[in-house]
This record gives sequence, C-alpha cells and structure tokens, in this order.
Amino acid sequence: MGDWEGVRLHVVTGKGGTGKTTVAGALAMALAAGGRRVLIAEVEERQGLAQLFDVPPLAYQEQRVASASGGGEVYALAIDAREAMHEYLAMFYRLGRAGRALDKLGFVDFATTIAPGLRDVLLTGKAYEATRRRTGDHHAYDAIVLDAPPTGRIVRFLDVTTSVSSLARVGPINRQANSITDLIHSPRTAVHVVTLLEDMPVQETADAVAELQAAHIPVGAVVVNQARPPHLATRSLPAARRGRLDHDDVLSGLRAAGLPATDAVVDVLTREAADHAERTALEKTQRALVDDLGRPVYELPRIADGIDPTALYELAEALAEQGAV
Amino acid sequence: MNPGPRAAKPAHFDVDRLIDDRRIRIVVTCGSGGVGKTTTAAAIALRAAERGRRAVVLTIDPARRLAQSMGLSELDNTPRAVKGVDAAAGGSLDAMMLDMKRTFDEVVEDHTTPDRAKQILANPFYQALSSSFAGTQEYMAMEKLGQLRARSDWDLIVVDTPPARSALDFLDAPERLGSFLDGRLIRLLGGTARAGGRTYLKVLHAGFNVVTSALTKVLGGELLRDVSTFVNALDTMFGGFRERAEQTYALLKRPETAFIVVAAPEHDALREASYFVDRLGRDAMPLAGLVLNRVHASSAAGIGAEQAVAAAERLESDEGGSHALTAALLRLHADRLKLAARDERIGERFSGSHPEVPVTRIPALAGDVHDLDGLRQIGALFDAG
Repeated sequence: MGDWEGVRLHVVTGKGGTGKTTVAGALAMALAAGGRRVLIAEVEERQGLAQLFDVPPLAYQEQRVASASGGGEVYALAIDAREAMHEYLAMFYRLGRAGRALDKLGFVDFATTIAPGLRDVLLTGKAYEATRRRTGDHHAYDAIVLDAPPTGRIVRFLDVTTSVSSLARVGPINRQANSITDLIHSPRTAVHVVTLLEDMPVQETADAVAELQAAHIPVGAVVVNQARPPHLATRSLPAARRGRLDHDDVLSGLRAAGLPATDAVVDVLTREAADHAERTALEKTQRALVDDLGRPVYELPRIADGIDPTALYELAEALAEQGAV
Repeated sequence: MNPGPRAAKPAHFDVDRLIDDRRIRIVVTCGSGGVGKTTTAAAIALRAAERGRRAVVLTIDPARRLAQSMGLSELDNTPRAVKGVDAAAGGSLDAMMLDMKRTFDEVVEDHTTPDRAKQILANPFYQALSSSFAGTQEYMAMEKLGQLRARSDWDLIVVDTPPARSALDFLDAPERLGSFLDGRLIRLLGGTARAGGRTYLKVLHAGFNVVTSALTKVLGGELLRDVSTFVNALDTMFGGFRERAEQTYALLKRPETAFIVVAAPEHDALREASYFVDRLGRDAMPLAGLVLNRVHASSAAGIGAEQAVAAAERLESDEGGSHALTAALLRLHADRLKLAARDERIGERFSGSHPEVPVTRIPALAGDVHDLDGLRQIGALFDAG
C-alpha cells in the first residue's frame, strides 16, 4: 500500500531542468510494478518520453514502451491538441472528414489561438478519457501519469474551468471541461512537484504548491531529484567545508589503497570535499524549506552516468522503497 | 556511425571580445527553460557595463531575488538604473522587466485613435489575447526591443528571451501572432474581407459556414462576437502587426546583433540549442556562440573513476573502517569524474555536429546567484571558461 492508493491520475510538474519527465517515467515504472498497466502521457510535443524510454518518436497512439518488474506494462502517448480536436469533432459533432478539411483552413490553430484554454481542455481531456476507459469490466489502465507543463504554467493548465469560462457555456466542450474539473479537484488526482535542492527550483515548488492549494487541486508529493549521495559522514562536513580534513589520515588511506599518495592528490581531494560540503550545507537549508511544505518527500539519487532505461528501474525502485507505490 | 575521429575541441567563445566590440548593439540570449538564461543575460549586461558600455538589460521573467538585486522590484515597463554598478570605465547599467500587457496596450494606443483604442482595450477578447496568447510575450519582447533600439540612451541592449518550451518560439511566435491578426479566418469573422476578398469569400463561402458553425459550437457565440467586434475595431491596424514583427525580425539579422545560445549539459537543453543554431544558420542570423552553464569540472588527481571506486571498496571492506574518510573522498572524487565525463560527452556531441560554434563553459557553482557579486563572478568566468 503506497501513499497514493485511490489516485488514478498522477500529474508530474516541476521547474524546467529539474527532470520532471524522468521522474514521471520512474513513477510510471513504479506504479506498473507487480503486473499493473500504466499509461504515461506527455503534452508538450517534445518527444521527451521517446527519449526517456529509448523508443522511436511517439504518435498519437498508445504504445507499449517498457515492462516493469513483476510483469507490469508501461504504455506511452504523446497527446497532440490537433489530433485530440479531430477526435473530438468526430465524436461529438460527427464531423469526420469535414473535421480534417477544416484543418486546411487552420481551424484548430485558429480555435486554440482565440481560446487558449481550449488547448488545455483538449490535452487534459485526453488524459481524462484514459482514466475512464474500460476494457470489459476493468479499467484499461490502473493509473495514468501525466508529464505536465512546468510549475509556472501548471495551475492554468489544470484549472480548465477558468480557461473555458470564455468558451461555449453549453455543449459537449463545456460538459467535458466540467468532468475534467471534477476529476482534477478530486482525491483521484495528485499533482507531484519535482525539484532540485537549489534556491530557484525550491522557490518555484513552494509557489506551485501554494497556487495548487489555493485552486483546491490536490498536491501529491514533492520529489527531490538528483540528490547528492551522502558519501561524507555528517560529522566530517564542517571540517571538510573549511578545507581542514586530516591531511595525514587521507595520505595514509591513499597509501593503504595502493594509490599515489602525494600532497597534491590530497589537496585535490580536500578541495573537492570542501565544494561538496558547501553544497551539502546549501542543500540542507533547501531541504528544510521542502519539508516545511508538509507534503510527503521522496528523494531520488543523482545518476552520475546519465539516465537510460536501466537507471529508470533504479529510480522506480527508489520511489517504491520510499512509499510512493 | 561515429562521426569519425574524436571531434576537435571547439573554439573558445570570447564573451569579452563580443561585449567590447562597439559595433555590437544587441545581444540576445536564448535557450530552453531552466538553463540559466536570465542569469547569463544579467551577467553579460553587468560585465559589459563595467567594461564601459552603456547597457540596458531587458528581462522577461527573472527570479524574484535576482530581480530585487537589480532593483527591479516593480514591473513598470521602464528601464531603471541598477545601483552598485562600477562606473569607473564610463559605463552604466539599466534594467527592466517586460510587462507584456502594457506593451501591447501601448502598441494599440500608438496606432489608432483614442476612441478606438479605448474600445479595443475594453474588449474581452483583446484582454485575453494581450495577457495569455501563447506568442504575445515573444511579440512584445521584440516590440520592446525595437523601442529600446530606437532610443539613443544605450549603446548595448541585452535581451533575455521568454521562457518557452522551445527556444525557437522567440523567433516564430511574433510572426505567428502577426499572421494570426492579419489572417484570413479572423478577418472573415470580423466581416472585414474587402476587395479581392470577395471572390475568395464566395469560393469559400460554403467552407466558411462550416468553419463558423464549428467555431460557434466549440467556442460559443459570445466569444466569436467579441472577436468580431475586436477585429472591426482593429481594422486600421491590420497589416501593422505583421509589418512590425517583420521590422524587428530584420533588426535581428543585422550584423549589430549577436545571438548567444545558452544551454546546460543536458540532452534536452543541447538538442534545443542545436535546433536553434540550425535555425539561425538558415535565417542568416548572427550567432556569437554557446554558453554552456553548470558544467562539472574534473580536477586531475591522476586517479580514474573506476580506480577510485575500487580503492574505496577495498578501504571500506578492511580493518574496521579506519580509512573511512579516504574512502569517502575517493567516492566523491569518482562521482565528480563521472559527472565531468558525462558533461564532456554531451558537450562533445553538440560540438561534433556544430564544430563552427564557439563555446564557453561556466562551471557549476556551489551556490545560487542572486546579487551583483554573483553576477560579477559569472562574468569573470566568461573570461576563464
């Protein structure tokens, strides 16, 4: 039993550069573990998921991209506003081929331009549809993970009621927007915020959490990404920071390890330790701010070699161990 | 296939030479979100000012503390002098934050009668367009740049570009907004299609009905009425939007402009940087170089990453951890080497496909930058990078 029992839609946001796509991918893998089916969707036309799972560019079609441990499956989808609009016109207005013809006139671009909120309704609408889809008497997916826009735009993106206040007051779009709103403001949704332990990402995380709460959208966890491994014992940090580690101790350690034991090597290692200790101190301050937000916090290690599908398993594991699933 | 032998190290991007060159009047920093674009723009402007340029920096969405450090506590759309700048070399620094709505309002006010302007400004559709249209920020950044350039108060304008999914948005969005406002669909909606438009209208009449009826169904009649009123009020300005966007676009092509692409050693960021560099090349726009932020530097201790890990494991496993400190330091060292190697690899991949782009590397700093001293420190790294 994880922290998010009953949540069907996991929205993942974060400041640019914090690795929200990676975290979304890891979360999808963690949720799928043990034989479940999870859909991960992106909405920014970046093909970030294809990169992450190392598959060819995704189409507007759900596609299996990975197997999770214990027989689970992760499907991925790149949601595209234009395709969603066609689907929509076909479904509700029976504008099959005519819908495509409208495209030649730039209809979709035009409509989403004069009503920017429409785009968000189309994008979130597709995710909404996936949460409800059934095969037989089962949900088609056990959970949906949405790799959402960055923190700065997340509330506007999710709060489609406000976006569509300028749209048709009646009709299917309006009905759909209302259903999306219900889902997003319900305990079936959790918005997780990804951050690094740095000043600006933490600031934006705090802002986003406050904005989400003000909009009555359920905030999930804060995921601290790329956490520095705590190689150096806490008690050594103050000395390390001042560059005053025991020179002879290090020297004899190097000798014992059969490595070149020179003053120059010790100096390099000491400088690196000072840098590490300074960052660790800064991170500690930031971590306290994150803890103050009062949300569950998961920490994911920095993967020094870069992210590949193997690293994704590792991160999924780390999320599971910390109670995310 | 690998692109042949190891790519040669790219030329060093000499930022100082660029900002000392008096012929350069505009520097544009671009790149995807989260790579330190705003900080880079501010650091360049400060360094230029302290090397004698009369500089102004136009920021779009600075972090709160960085903005405060530059005296930008209010968003009033006017450049203000930054305090604490060393003026010994005869330079100065002004800074401003873009207010896109106000800039848009000013464009409207400048181009139509006061009555019409009032009508437009009050239109609900205009209000939505001027505060949330996906290209408005970019268009208004360009507009503001044009305005600043037209004044003679500065000899260097540093422009930070809006945070966008793609760096290309800065170049494409103004044109998009321009063509949208001058576009056929919106004019048809406004019922302002005139000479020449008639035949077009006739031919498309059937199609047009499908369009309006679909739009009405999806968007509602009210919004369409607002759009139509807006279009009619805007009548005299049509053509103007695209023309203005084109003028600024032309300004960006002049040799007095220098684009600086900012990235971090991440695949995403460098892929965006690649797209952007290619695009600048296609449009014959002057690219000065790449600033690669947050690069992990490795220090040569003569111990390799694997060697360090193996040694740490040995030390950790024997005699009761008496060499725990050395083991920890070796693990730190190995991590650092790995990060540095990864950054190097990613950087090389970019330079392999764009060998002509000079690069300057800014090492990852331990702390965040939120004051002039921090900006100065980065400025000094341009020289060393």
